[in-house]
Amino acid sequence: MSILVFAENTDGNFKKSTLEAVAYAAEVAKNTSTTCVAVSIGNVDDTKAEELSKYGADKIVNVKNDKLATFIAEPFAKILANISSQENASIIVVSNTYSGKSIAPKVAAKLKAGIVSGVISYPDTTNGFKVRRTVFSGKAFADVDITTPIKVLAITPNTFTTLENNKTVNLVSTDSGLNDADFNTTSIEVTRVTGKIVLTEAEVVISGGRGLKGPENWHLVEHLAEALNAATACSKPVSDMDWRSHSEHVGQTGITIKPNLYFAIGISGAIQHLAGVSSSKVIVVINKDPEAPFFKAADYGIVGDAFEVMPKIIEAAKKLKAQHA
Amino acid sequence: MKILVCISNVPDTTTKITFTDNNTKFNTAGVQFIINPYDELALARALELTEKQGGTVTVVNVGLADSDPSIRKALAIGATDAIRINAEPIDAYFVAEQIASYAKNENFDLILTGRESIDYNSGQVCGLLAEMLGIPSVNAINSLEIENGIATMMRDIDGGREKLSAKLPLVASALQELAEARIPNMRGIMSARTKPLTIVEAAGIEKNSATIGFELPAAKGSCKMIAPENAEQLIELLHNEAKVI
Repeated sequence: MSILVFAENTDGNFKKSTLEAVAYAAEVAKNTSTTCVAVSIGNVDDTKAEELSKYGADKIVNVKNDKLATFIAEPFAKILANISSQENASIIVVSNTYSGKSIAPKVAAKLKAGIVSGVISYPDTTNGFKVRRTVFSGKAFADVDITTPIKVLAITPNTFTTLENNKTVNLVSTDSGLNDADFNTTSIEVTRVTGKIVLTEAEVVISGGRGLKGPENWHLVEHLAEALNAATACSKPVSDMDWRSHSEHVGQTGITIKPNLYFAIGISGAIQHLAGVSSSKVIVVINKDPEAPFFKAADYGIVGDAFEVMPKIIEAAKKLKAQHA
Repeated sequence: MKILVCISNVPDTTTKITFTDNNTKFNTAGVQFIINPYDELALARALELTEKQGGTVTVVNVGLADSDPSIRKALAIGATDAIRINAEPIDAYFVAEQIASYAKNENFDLILTGRESIDYNSGQVCGLLAEMLGIPSVNAINSLEIENGIATMMRDIDGGREKLSAKLPLVASALQELAEARIPNMRGIMSARTKPLTIVEAAGIEKNSATIGFELPAAKGSCKMIAPENAEQLIELLHNEAKVI
């Protein structure tokens, strides 16, 4: 028996969400007296892949193949399912990123495994196999019991620690064993956002709403984001009016995020918006309307005109950055 | 071209979520149900494609009779016909198996779903269904063009976008920019009444998970207010007290 974890890489490096998934799997393995097997797929150097043992992987399977250098759902799912069977895995852990979301259901269907996404707890195995997940876009939690022998868990990024847990390196390097028929989608071009913090991975998010009056005032959001190494986001009306791209829209019908700090400027806090951001650890709300519903969900608030208070805040943030540079 | 669009019947986005029966059931009292917003985008794109290239758009829902108003709305928006698989949608796996069991003999060229349903947010049906039907799937697409049996799509990936192609048949899930949602017009509403809505009995499928209970997040403590003239103090509090920057 083993606990298998998909160690997703981006251009040969492991992101924090990957390390969280490995540490999560290692903890589950420890609690169930089994071993944690991390599977890296792509072109990750063996020395890089070995780092996963620091986060508790008892065994690392490094699948190397030039054709797998960027993520492709179909072959990745097949490799993961094959290795799961070889390693007699009872639980397969992935991080609920875009890649994780596309691979998890495929692996589950291949292995006839029950699957839960958006997992925010370790499994409770005292009576069955129970995990907690978010539902209604963060408006509530649900406890789900999985009854199949094999289980797939897609865990929410920025929820679990990346506890260091040094294990002896045990790495197996292998080819994929796939043939051309396994590649049933063709990647034409990958465009990555550069020089910006990715919203879904950001620990700090600065977000603007209609209260900012127009896209020309977004420097108030961007300058603070720059000073705090944060990602930028916006409310639905803002993306609907094309002030900002849809890819920045957070909320129930946009992106659900869970940063350490969510900083909302000129956003009233409609229930649909709160659904997408309420899991943030700390929420700051700047709004000139003291009755804005967002204050009820906030940890810190300023009732005031964004155009007056934001320059002061940006200045203070720049000073803080300079002190810690 | 024969397109299938999978639709979910979900609580309106403004719904205040509460539970009954000792927090084991979602409280539907007074709740307005709608077509899942992402599924509406999938439907709109399917209609655009068939209007240009010919074909039919079938909508399928796994649900009980309370889904019918949403299904009729999909017909009013322009779907050719509709199938309701008569079963309580237990989880994504169950829903995907039901749809797969219906779709396996229907030879759809393209199957579209929403990125996720806004109630259970799993986003699994696309991948599960594709795997069960033995065809490719592509998650989170923002564009979709079909030419000579090849689908070309733009999808969101972690930290960027990817343009990719796949041969039909294919399952794909819709994101915001795929299409503009459509509002049914009077002619559509009238014709929806006579369009076929076929009720199919559910396939005998064992469930592999059960939701045991729900819980609402703990209410936030009181919000610490800072006077606007001392706005710069906020940064100090976030650094020293909240320790998030």
